[in-house]
Amino acid sequence: MKNTFIGAPMERREDLRFLRGKGTYVDDLAPEGLLYAVILRSSVAHGRIRSIDASAALKIEGVHSVITARDMPDGPPIIPMRLQPLPEFKPFEQPVIAHDKVRYVGEPLAVVLASSVAIGEDTLEHIAVEIDDLPAFSEWQVAAQNKSLLFEQAGTNRSLTFYSRKGDADAAFAKAPYARKEKLNTGRHYGLTMEPRGVMAEWDAGKGRLTISGAAKVPFFNRRILAKQIGLPESAIEMIENDVGGGYGARGEFYPEDFLIPFAARHVNRPVKWIEDRRENLMAMNHARETEAHIEIACERDGTIIGLRGDVHTDMGAYMRTNGAVGARNVVQFMGGPYRVPHVKLDSHLWMSNKTPVGTYRGPGRFESSFYIERLLDMVAGDLGIDRIEMRRRNLVTAAEQPYPIASVQPTDAHDQYDSGEYSEAMNRALKEFNWAEKSKFAGKLIDGKYHGLGIACFVEGGAAGPKESARLEVNGDGTITVFMGSSAVGQGVETVFAQIAADALEIPMDRIRHVYHGSTTTVSDGYGAYHSRSIVMGGSALLDATEKFQAAIREAGAKKLGCRPDEVKIGEDTVSGGGKSFPLAELAGLTAEGAFLNKKHTYSYGTHIAHVTVDAKLGQVQILDYVVVQDVGRAINPLTLRGQIIGSLVQGLGGAMLEHLQYDEQGQFLTGSLADYLLPTATDFPNLRCFVTDDYPSPINPLGAKGAGEGGIVAAGGVMANAVANALSSFGAQPRRLPLSPSYIWELVQAGSRQAAE
Amino acid sequence: MTTKFEVNGKQVEVDVEPRLTLADCLRQNLRLTGTHIGCEHGVCGACTVLVNGDAVRSCLMLAVQADGAKVVTVEGLSNDADLTPLQKSFRKHHALQCGFCTPGFITTAHALLTEEPDCDADRVREVLSGNICRCTGYISIVEAVLDARSAYKKDGAR
Repeated sequence: MKNTFIGAPMERREDLRFLRGKGTYVDDLAPEGLLYAVILRSSVAHGRIRSIDASAALKIEGVHSVITARDMPDGPPIIPMRLQPLPEFKPFEQPVIAHDKVRYVGEPLAVVLASSVAIGEDTLEHIAVEIDDLPAFSEWQVAAQNKSLLFEQAGTNRSLTFYSRKGDADAAFAKAPYARKEKLNTGRHYGLTMEPRGVMAEWDAGKGRLTISGAAKVPFFNRRILAKQIGLPESAIEMIENDVGGGYGARGEFYPEDFLIPFAARHVNRPVKWIEDRRENLMAMNHARETEAHIEIACERDGTIIGLRGDVHTDMGAYMRTNGAVGARNVVQFMGGPYRVPHVKLDSHLWMSNKTPVGTYRGPGRFESSFYIERLLDMVAGDLGIDRIEMRRRNLVTAAEQPYPIASVQPTDAHDQYDSGEYSEAMNRALKEFNWAEKSKFAGKLIDGKYHGLGIACFVEGGAAGPKESARLEVNGDGTITVFMGSSAVGQGVETVFAQIAADALEIPMDRIRHVYHGSTTTVSDGYGAYHSRSIVMGGSALLDATEKFQAAIREAGAKKLGCRPDEVKIGEDTVSGGGKSFPLAELAGLTAEGAFLNKKHTYSYGTHIAHVTVDAKLGQVQILDYVVVQDVGRAINPLTLRGQIIGSLVQGLGGAMLEHLQYDEQGQFLTGSLADYLLPTATDFPNLRCFVTDDYPSPINPLGAKGAGEGGIVAAGGVMANAVANALSSFGAQPRRLPLSPSYIWELVQAGSRQAAE
Repeated sequence: MTTKFEVNGKQVEVDVEPRLTLADCLRQNLRLTGTHIGCEHGVCGACTVLVNGDAVRSCLMLAVQADGAKVVTVEGLSNDADLTPLQKSFRKHHALQCGFCTPGFITTAHALLTEEPDCDADRVREVLSGNICRCTGYISIVEAVLDARSAYKKDGAR
């Protein structure tokens, strides 16, 4: 049989347990003797710790112990960077628990272990903490004055500057006939997961083994960190990936609790579980996105881009966390988006502040830079009297230019190039599906009390982070097959898509693939995880390699049993035949083969977003009447889950464009500690969204031809919405320069425009 | 305190602290872990269960307040043999990804369709706007609920 599961909208295997409430998330586990951990967090944004006294707390019934930095004789371990681990970042890395200073509201001070969460929470107020306040700040401009330092020994609040370079920008700008400079800002968001984080640790004192449940995203890397910190060999630690209630880049990185809970379990020799509550989650999970760009674009009079230069300032929060530098690098590496930019000189400054530390959130740096370049293109088009579509068409990278080299970044020595695609084709398809020609009649018009506007933005999405992914197949006792993957599941449906890929390659029905195991260090020998839109590209390609080796192994073993040559052996659905004989595949139970995919290059899927909005100028409210996304993904494995990725990430992006912002006051007090303050999209907010997927330009760098597709929906959402609002309010001369586009901000834009008209 | 109520058709009696929420009681005392806790302040809807037929946030209700009530959780709206029409529709439309918010959507949608099997898309969105999903973007959930309406009409099979 010749299968075509790849490309078919297969319903998911995972759904059968999730829909019945039978998923197993880490908080669903409750072994005998369990103690519950509750964390005392700093309410002071910046200060020196004088004392932490838990003596009163320890008298409360049900309290087992209180752990502080003093229980760690060598001092609290430091959490190392996972990505871009530069020596410059070392002084800014986070200890697992505060010991001399606190640097943000929410920083762990003590861990209470109690017989219930409620008793643990009651106990927090009985721990006496004395902290001498230090001047705190929550804006990069104050950080840049270096008056108050988060890390005195570093001598500066700037942890690094990334330099993004291509061509000779200064020379090109000197000769350019046109340039425009803008200051633009994006808000502070985070990859809020519906399941808060959680860790459960069990210590087997007899065997000297730790078992950690609640692992996600990069379990193997986190095991390496923990093993070093806690002084155990990696082989003595098992990381169990349970069902994971959302990742989005934020979940599964190594956080302070990923040390504190295993440490506590060994310290008291009892199982310990910690489940984050939502308030904690808002102030403890990695923040992202808050940048300010001072950026200049130079163009020919016909709109051809000559260059980009300027500075981007990122508010990193109080510490450099595992992947905290990714967004700040990406924002200058990918500022050109899908456009041809011959000259680039962009500096990205990473400023420490008294806020929750930063990590990645889906489309890190890409969402921000897309907002910047797309706003600039519309402003330039307006200045030069060029149609917005024509402006983009002139500058989109063509297939003939692929692989197209982008700016390189120092000091990480990052050089990259786009892989394949004719970017204007996605734009043309989007214009057609949207019916731009017809709808552009509404642009800027006031109809029934609302201003109509259209916005467009084009994007690239990076994927396929290396260096490697691994996969293994094994014959089960009943002749079915089990797949073991180094990739991790964060809700994206990998059990289904990997079964599709394996069944297609083996030319067997999908139900012959009994299980797809992933993530946990117990089920696979090695793995690199789920981030940077890499699961399908890297994991899928590793799986193809594994199936080839698996088939070869079956032929080899079959030939011996059948007395024929391996190339005469035929592998059926559940039988192996050759030389006129056959036997059941089950007789090869235990036969296994492992494969891998190694890769240093990246994939770049691409596409276009277009929106039609109305703006109520009196209330500042924006409604989307139609929104189209077209994305070319190289090769679509499962159109059903792919659509889920695109629409799902789009609504996250619209949340960032319109609603979400983590707010602090000037002294670093956190103001958005509930879901009534941090606004997320709901079912009534964005009902009219459509997406179209193409796979016209497979990636040349992997055997599947696939490109990542988890971020394309989010990347362009900020730019397209701001452009649509600008278009709607063009009669007021409104130019949105920051996100989110809150009702009050839009009202301000309208008022400013009205005042100008009156003057 | 001792409190008695019915859960998924079975009488239960639990000895709980007065301050224990119904959500914690279901999960910890009764080990019905399909009900998920996402915010504990009544915004996200992940903990939604049916109390006497109404969709209720079990994080905002105390276990002792359920005394004498009929409580149904996602487990009570499921069977091992087959997915229900509502669950099938969720699967068909890919109305779930990580699955964490899903039990709350299933219970909320079940309550809506039981009361209003003829509801339109706007009504579905309005009712579901009390539940937060971070993965799907809601479009597929609304489609799934609309598509399941026929199973809730009087002549349709539940």
